[in-house]
Amino acid sequence: MTRPATSSKKSCGRCMPLFSSPIGRKWIVALTGIVLVLFVIGHLLGNLSIFAGPDAMNAYAAFLKSTGELLWVVRIVLLTCVVLHIWFTITLWRENLAARPQKYAVKNELGTTVYARLMRISGLTVLAFVLYHLAQFTWEAFNPEYKTWIDAQGRHDVYRMVVTAFECPFVSGFYILAVGLLGMHLSHGIASLFQTLGITTEKMRPVFEKGGLIVAWIIFLGFASIPTAVLLGLVKTSSTLPACPFCH
Amino acid sequence: MSTMNFHLRLWKQKSAADKGEFIKIHATEIPSECSFLEMLDIVNNRLTREGKEPVSFASDCREGICGTCHMVINGVPQGPGRGAACQVYMRKFENGQTITVEPFRVGAFPIVKDLVVNRSAYDRIIRSGGFISEHTGGAPDASTTLIPKPVADAAMDAAACIGCGACAAACPNSSPMLFVGAKVTHLGLLPQGQAERKSRARNMVRTMQEEGFGNCSNYYACEAVCPANVPASVIAMLNREYIRGEVSESVGAID
Repeated sequence: MTRPATSSKKSCGRCMPLFSSPIGRKWIVALTGIVLVLFVIGHLLGNLSIFAGPDAMNAYAAFLKSTGELLWVVRIVLLTCVVLHIWFTITLWRENLAARPQKYAVKNELGTTVYARLMRISGLTVLAFVLYHLAQFTWEAFNPEYKTWIDAQGRHDVYRMVVTAFECPFVSGFYILAVGLLGMHLSHGIASLFQTLGITTEKMRPVFEKGGLIVAWIIFLGFASIPTAVLLGLVKTSSTLPACPFCH
Repeated sequence: MSTMNFHLRLWKQKSAADKGEFIKIHATEIPSECSFLEMLDIVNNRLTREGKEPVSFASDCREGICGTCHMVINGVPQGPGRGAACQVYMRKFENGQTITVEPFRVGAFPIVKDLVVNRSAYDRIIRSGGFISEHTGGAPDASTTLIPKPVADAAMDAAACIGCGACAAACPNSSPMLFVGAKVTHLGLLPQGQAERKSRARNMVRTMQEEGFGNCSNYYACEAVCPANVPASVIAMLNREYIRGEVSESVGAID
């Protein structure tokens, strides 16, 4: 039997094994995943300032903007992590598809969790959501009038923008769906990164798996609490004008 | 002795180049004490008597030790329950049940005929690093090299791997990392395996990639089917050993 052509020769396997080998690329996905999880947790803590009222949230937003170049450093690091996380996953995914040219007639999902099997769908949906989310609240592309909203202290009225947007059930619904998928992605991702980085032992795996699930639930409930509170009228704005791209 | 009847769907394929298809066989009067392979023997004897070609499958020891038999029974590599396909008994199935038997679907294991695949890719992975260098000659006294009991136990759990290929067959990505992890863990934990420890994981993973196997996504389907109960923690050890070897190679560290 002839050996198949070596893939490592094509992809500069000798000089950059960490970027071409299966395990090296998985490490990059895991390490960038850690950065992104930490960002998600930080972002959640910041967002929860909405429950402290307009002043707290607008002050938090103004503080972030005031960091200037540092904000751009963080943005570039995050963007790099997103690109590496997705790029190396896609290269691994392509190899995985090629490794099973013929499917089984009888499918049996042994041992795998639904979260693990949905990683690619949940990841890509979260990516689509992140782009939409940036367009909505960072670039303010759908509602240019957001840019003109200023609170009493002369700060950008982020509180009013968020509450107004979430008053639309479609915006809130997509947000809750997306953070739900994010939670599913993280429940496998968090438990999985310990295995990939070689930290897991037989004894610790159930701990990491339960821990991942608990952290994912906390993140999901934390994010979902904001649109839910707006829809239930617990978090309100004095403005009466709904400015939703879908509702009118 | 009670007998049972089954509706079998068995994979027939002349060669790797052939397309292949399921043939349907109504297997009657099968003793319930039969093992799965004995049931296939009975079916094949009947086919031979009828002048038809029997269904090819691989087997050797038929007691779950050698790792030769390999087939997917109702979607489960090596069949339901723990152990290899030869340790599956017909009494585990319902009377009249439809049983689908197909070969391992792994690109790196080309089909030879019917249910038989060529698993030489595993041999080539072993050849690239799954060995130790050791003096020949008189056997040293067993107590010369001291190994802590937990280390010996963990090495033994990994050494239980029979190299049957069920891990790659069960993995949605066709990844053999439970097999590779078992070898790296078994040899890497023991003092005798230290000489090649740095290069072992690197060489075995490189061969694994060259053979066209997939990559681990931490699904743990391998662990669920492994007839030798090898734990998926060996994959964590492989991940660790690989990076350690690769990093010390790139920075030129001796130890």
